[in-house]
Formats: sequence, structure tokens, C-alpha cells
Amino acid sequence: MSERINTRVLVIGGGPGGYVAAIRAGQLGLDTTLVESDTLGGTCLIRGCIPSKAMIHVAGEFETMAKAASAGLNGITLASAPTLDMTKTVAWKEGIVGKLTGGVATLLKRAKVRVVQGWAEFSDAKTCTVVTKDGKSQTIAAEHVILANGSLPVALPHLPFGGAVISSTEALSLDTLPKRLVVVGAGYIGLELGIAFRKMGSDVTVVEALDHILPLYDAQLVEPVHKWLTKHGVTLHLGAKAKSLVEKKKDVALAVETKDGAVLEIPADKILVTVGRKPNTEGWGLENMAVDMAGRFVKVDDQCRTSMKNVWAIGDLVGEPMLAHKASAQGEMVAEIIAGHKRRFNPAAIAAVCFTEPEIVSAGLLPGEAPKNDVIVAQFPFAANGRALSMDAQEGFVRVLARADDHRILGIQAVGAHVSELSAEFAHALEMGATLEDIAGTIHVHPTLSEAFHESALKALGHAIHI
Amino acid sequence: MGRYVFKLPDVGEGTAEAEIVAWHVAVGDRVEEDQNLVDVMTDKATVEMTSPVSGIVVSLNGNPGDMAPVGAPLVELDVEGAGNVKANGHAKASAPAQTSTPPLPQKTGRGENAEIPLSPTGGEGKRDAIAARAGEGAVKPALQAKAPSTPAIATRAAGTKPLASPSVRARAEELGIKLQFVPGTGSAGRISHADLDAYVTSGGATSNARSGGYAARDGVEEIKVIGLRRKIAEKMQEAKRRIPHFAYVEEIDMTELEALRAHLNATKQAGQPKLTLLPFLMRGLVKILPHYPQINARFDDEAGIVHRHAAVHIGIATQTANGLIVPVVRHAEARDIWDSALEVARVAAAARDNKATKDELSGSTITITSLGALGGVVTTPVINHPEVAIIGPNAIVERPVVRGGQIVVRKMMNLSSSFDHRVVDGYDAAEFIQKLKGLLEHPATLFME
Repeated sequence: MSERINTRVLVIGGGPGGYVAAIRAGQLGLDTTLVESDTLGGTCLIRGCIPSKAMIHVAGEFETMAKAASAGLNGITLASAPTLDMTKTVAWKEGIVGKLTGGVATLLKRAKVRVVQGWAEFSDAKTCTVVTKDGKSQTIAAEHVILANGSLPVALPHLPFGGAVISSTEALSLDTLPKRLVVVGAGYIGLELGIAFRKMGSDVTVVEALDHILPLYDAQLVEPVHKWLTKHGVTLHLGAKAKSLVEKKKDVALAVETKDGAVLEIPADKILVTVGRKPNTEGWGLENMAVDMAGRFVKVDDQCRTSMKNVWAIGDLVGEPMLAHKASAQGEMVAEIIAGHKRRFNPAAIAAVCFTEPEIVSAGLLPGEAPKNDVIVAQFPFAANGRALSMDAQEGFVRVLARADDHRILGIQAVGAHVSELSAEFAHALEMGATLEDIAGTIHVHPTLSEAFHESALKALGHAIHI
Repeated sequence: MGRYVFKLPDVGEGTAEAEIVAWHVAVGDRVEEDQNLVDVMTDKATVEMTSPVSGIVVSLNGNPGDMAPVGAPLVELDVEGAGNVKANGHAKASAPAQTSTPPLPQKTGRGENAEIPLSPTGGEGKRDAIAARAGEGAVKPALQAKAPSTPAIATRAAGTKPLASPSVRARAEELGIKLQFVPGTGSAGRISHADLDAYVTSGGATSNARSGGYAARDGVEEIKVIGLRRKIAEKMQEAKRRIPHFAYVEEIDMTELEALRAHLNATKQAGQPKLTLLPFLMRGLVKILPHYPQINARFDDEAGIVHRHAAVHIGIATQTANGLIVPVVRHAEARDIWDSALEVARVAAAARDNKATKDELSGSTITITSLGALGGVVTTPVINHPEVAIIGPNAIVERPVVRGGQIVVRKMMNLSSSFDHRVVDGYDAAEFIQKLKGLLEHPATLFME
């Protein structure tokens, strides 16, 4: 005899979409239940954004020290080379993750959200059964269901995960540093991790089927990253296909067909496959809910309604961009709509960041996405920015794209060290409907990287000062 | 280097002066020999003035619309070699900018507010400045002064996203208002909370119907009435001021004539033009006009003499890209129907291509103005002074009419006409039109003696 819970709102998934939806629903006084089979926090907190940033930070520190030890760095020298204890690094990272996931649990509790630990399986659109770890089963019936099941790493059919072949999840929890790492897929996840491992001392090879890295961005924007990879001895095989795993006596190798048709065997300790993520649509009874699909994603409208009344879906499950901040915004919105508010998901921009070396941030349109004759594009190099020079980070630029007729800003990109923190101003400018004159008329603090944004707007208006 | 002065030549036919219509060069331009410098217009024709030499334009004298007497210096050029005047022969050469460019049509718009200062005086000014900064529109002119090129009410083209901050968008959503329909007063048409308030207060459909993405427009464009337009204006005013018009309209059954026309067009030989109604109407006029000599006439009202013409020169009112022109089919009485059609087509094309000669543009004794192709029931055409009559056929439409006690469908056309009542009596004019009607309704009689 299973226990039965009746709830107003049922949230499936405790990631940045689901937990935000649940907290907001709780705040609004809705009786809310959240089901999560793993730790609260989802991919983002447990095996995505946060842990990868922790590893990237450690990698950066290590690289700086290694430089100081080998050749000296701006006056710093170290007597001996730094060493890296991977287990301690991973433990430190787990500590951060623990703090954040614990925080999520506290916030949910404060919002009076009932959290059920276990795997939910739907029998119809409003009813699911959750089998908990101790084998008990609970049936939950809800008035509203918010699906926030997230996404999973895509495996290559001829290169399944297991053994030496790992996904980003395993890459963030290795106990030793792989001496030779092959990264398959030069998207942002592969490059972020590949660069971090390179900084920590791994020999890194990147295999990408397309002809360029970071295919979402234009060549100009990825150029500094490309330059870094080349300069730091990362081997790039572009236009190349990962064929198969070759088992050797002592280790493994990856067979790769290069652009010119040659087949290489690249010996590796670990092969990291980062060829994308897919919505998590299987194994929890989605097929019993009678909701329409849009390709591999769950189909929703601009209020995140599915085709089934009072079933909502948010985050990676409903489409690109698969970003935590998009999921959170949708979760918050859905909770408010259920509470009777009138809301609609119509952001002017969802900014995205690559924590590569250097970092890339993009908000709004890229130059290639706007009719060429109707827009002004202007960029300002960090080589002419005092703060960038003082951080030994002169690589990169800020670029602004605006309508030629009324100067409304349509897109802003930057590449350079620490530019991820500029994303807030970029998104804000777009959401507020800023024109070039608005940015030009805002006094930006000296000395900061943000001055480059100010200057790019001035340049678009034809009167940059520092260039 | 020498200086060459290009003077307005005698453009012929005893013209004493010509109007500058359009400059084709600007000060500083390099011009080659035979390059078009300026278009001037005499009483009848627009003439292109080409440069007799190569050189660099130093000054232009006169603006479009100005009258220039023959012999007046129009363009000064720096040329290789001696030129035709001494270097300092013309004082004007030292101040070329004075007359360098024709003034653009003045736009009276909001751009004029650009000079209003942000802060008038003292403490008040500071408050205003702060209000302006808050973007609530307390100091509208000052806000506009920042971006004079942006209209206060942006006309939002279909498909253009309305510009508004997230809080404005959220409020609009709560209010159930589509921002696409809300006029924005901010730069780039950004919608502020105040704009949303104004839209709500006005009940959505504002008093001046600012809704549905439609925006009220301000500003007046001043168009100089020059060139052909001025000629037309003068002619029309002259005709209406001098001539006491009276209009007469009759209904004509065109069924048989249309049948004949269709037959002729179907069986015409190669090289023969397609017949419109015009040649038939012309044929009708030349048949009746000898009986009404007072209608085929030109009235010199200053001398008090009516010139009754034996020849029938028919003016054909023609719409051109520049405006109304009336080319003339001369001696229509000596042309058969095919020849009339050919000649109408030729002179109309010449007028449209701006290639009609003075002869082809003057001397008509009666004019036909046909708006029939556009539809229309009646026109009250303006007489082409100094003529005394004008005929305006209207559209042919199928209408039920009574014939022999039966309602039948006939192709009916109204024929509008105006006459100079000083020299044409109403009775005669009516009789004239009735005779014309008789000919057109029995088309065989058009061709019988």
C-alpha cells in the first residue's frame, strides 16, 4: 500500500529550473512538492557550471604558479614547480558543491516545499509514482506539473561512455590527472575542460568534426581562444571524425579520420566526449502524459505550457539555449503564472558565456545574424584598455552591434579575460532597450574592463576616445 | 589655368529668359565637355545645358525656380588654358559657397527643438535635469535635444520589436496590453512607464487614433512650385480666372462603336496601331466642328478677337512623370482613324519622354482630356486657355437601359465637356454635344459624308 500525496504543484527535477520554480511557488503560497532522485541542485550545481568553474579556477592558479616557477612571471619566481593533488582539488570542489546544494535544500524548506527523494514515473499527465531509495513507493497527484527534467550528455554510438571514455561528469571527479587527454567535440564544454586540463599539465588533443571551434560564434570572436590553444600546444584536429576506441596492451587510443582522409591513432589516458547534450525525455513516463514534442524537445508556448492543460515544462527539456539561467527564469515565471500572475517569456536576450581562455560572452545578435546594411558594428580592443593591460590580459575586445537608423543595440559580444562579468551589463543594456547613446552617456568606472564597452559604443557613434 | 564663364545662351524662339529647373553639378565638381550642367525651362520646353568645356566648377548662379535672363552667367569653371575671362573678372568667384548648393526643401519638424538648453536657470534647472535623467519625460524638449534625429513618436514598422524595459513589459503583460501598439516617446521609440500610463489613460485607442502600430506624424514639407508645376499652376489659374466655364454632360450608348472598335482591332493589319476610343472621338469632332466654328476657336480676350480656325488641332491632355502636358495632334481633319491613332501615340510618347518640340506642344484649337481608364462618372474639365472648349470622355460601363420597353445591357459612357460661356452659348454647346452623340452612337456616320 503506497502512500499518496495530493499537491497543488508538482515539480520534477531539482536543478536550477525546478528548484527555482518550487521556491517561487512556495513563496507564492502554493502547496508544492519537488521530486529529485539525486542531490538537489541538478546538473548545474553537481556536475556542470559550478564544479567546472572550480576546476577552471584551480587550473588557472596552477598555470600561473607553473609559469612563475619555470620562467618567472612579472617579477614573481618560485623556487620549485607547483604540484597538484587532484584528490584534494576534487574534495575542495565537492565542498563548494555541498555548500550550494545544502543551501538549495534550506531555501526549499524555508519556502515550505515538500521534497521527495526518488525517481518519479508518470502514469498519466497529473500522477506519478516515486520509488524512494529505501524501496517505498509514493503516488503523487498534482493539479499542476512542472517538468524540469534537464538534459544528459550525448554519447557517440561508436564511442559509448565507460572505461577511458568519459563525459564531463566524470571529468570533474577524476582522482588523478590524465597525462594524455583527448577531447571529442570543440564546443564550449569540451574547450572549457580541455583548456583547464591543459593548464594543469595534461597533453590535450581536440577532435572536432566541423572546421572551426566553438561553432556557435563567429571566427573573429573565437580567434583569441584559437590562438591560446595553438600557443599552449593543444593539438587541434578540425574537420576530423572520431572513429573508434582502440584497445592497446597498456592503454587505449582513439582512431581519428582527419580532414584529408588519413586515419590517426591518438594514444590517450582519457577520452572526453563532449558532443552536446540531449533533453532527458526517457525513462520517466513522458510517453504517458500525452504532451506534444517539438523534435527531441518537449513543445511549449511562450508561457512554457505544454499541449496538456496544467502541465508545464522548462529548461533544457524544452529547447535551446540549454542554460541554467534560462531554466531559472522560466521556472520563476511558471510558478507565478500558476499563482495567477500574467507573465510571458519574452526576454530581449539570454546572454551566454564560455569560460574558455580567454572567456567569451555573447548577448543578442551576432553580426552575421543581422542584415549587414542596416546595422553598425564596432569593436574596441582590450589592448587599449588600462585595466586589461594591468591584469596582463590584453587579448580580446568588446564588440557592439546596433541598428543604423535608431541606434538601438541589438547584440554585444566580448572575448577576453574575466569578460564573463561583463555579461550582466550586456544583458541589462539589451533588456532596457539601450541605444548607443545610452551606453555612451553612462560614465563607466576607470580602470575597469567595462570601459571597453563604453568605448565600443563611442566608436560605433564615430568618436571613440582611446583608439 | 583660366576662368570660363558659361552664360545662358539664346535658347531660341525669341526667349528672353529661362527658369533654372535643376542643377546637375555642384561647386568643386569636375565636369567634362558636353556634360549636362543644368536644366532650364522656357515657355514650352525643358532644355539641357551642356558644358562647352572641361573644367572644375567654381560657382553656380541661381537656385532652381529662379529666372535667368539670356546672357546671364550661370556657371563659372576653372579650365585648362586661357578660359574666356580674366582670372579676376568676376568678383563672385571668390565667394563660391554663397550660391553653391540649392537649398534643400525645408523640413519643419522636431529637429528644431535641438537648441533648447537642458537646464534653464538655477535650482529649477537642476530639478529639471534630474527629471530628465530619470527618463520620465519632464523635460521633453531637452530629451529630444539629445537625439534630434529621432522622432518623438517612433513609427514602428511591422515586425519591429517594441523597445521597453522588463518592468514595463511585465506591467503591460499584467494589463493585457500588447506593447506593439503603444507609442514610445523615448529614444529609438522606447516605451516608458509614462507612455504606458498615457496609453491606458487614453483607453488604448487614443484621441488621435494612435493605435495598431499607427503613429501620428508631424512636420510639413515645403515643395517649391517650380518648373513644369509652376507652368501648370499658372495656366490653370489663368484659365479659371479668365474663363467663365460651364459644364455639360451627356450619356452616350457606345455599344455599337465598341463593337466596331473591337472588330477593327481584331482585323487590323500589321503595322496598324491598336485603336482606343480617342481616334473615334477625334473623328467625330472633325466632322461636327465645321458646323460650330465658334467652338473650334482661340479667344484672344485682351484684343477682344475670337480666332475661328479652319484646321482642327486637337490637344491631348497627357499625364507625364513631371505633370500634365498637352501635346497636339495637328490637322486632325486631314487624318484617317489609323493615322489619328498613330499621331496620338507619337505625340503623347514625345511628351512623356520630354522630347516634344514647341510645335508639338502649342497651337491646339480644342482639347480632349480622358480620365476614362481610371473610372469616374463626371468631370468638369478646365479649358486649355485660350481655347474655348474641352471634351472629357468618362469610363465606359455596362449598364441596364431601357430600349423599346425592354431593359437591356448596353455599354454606356458619359461625355463631360466645358465651354467658354463668353463666346459659346449653352444652346450651341448642347447641340454640338448632341450631334457628337449621334455620330458616336451610329458609328457608320462617322465615316460618311
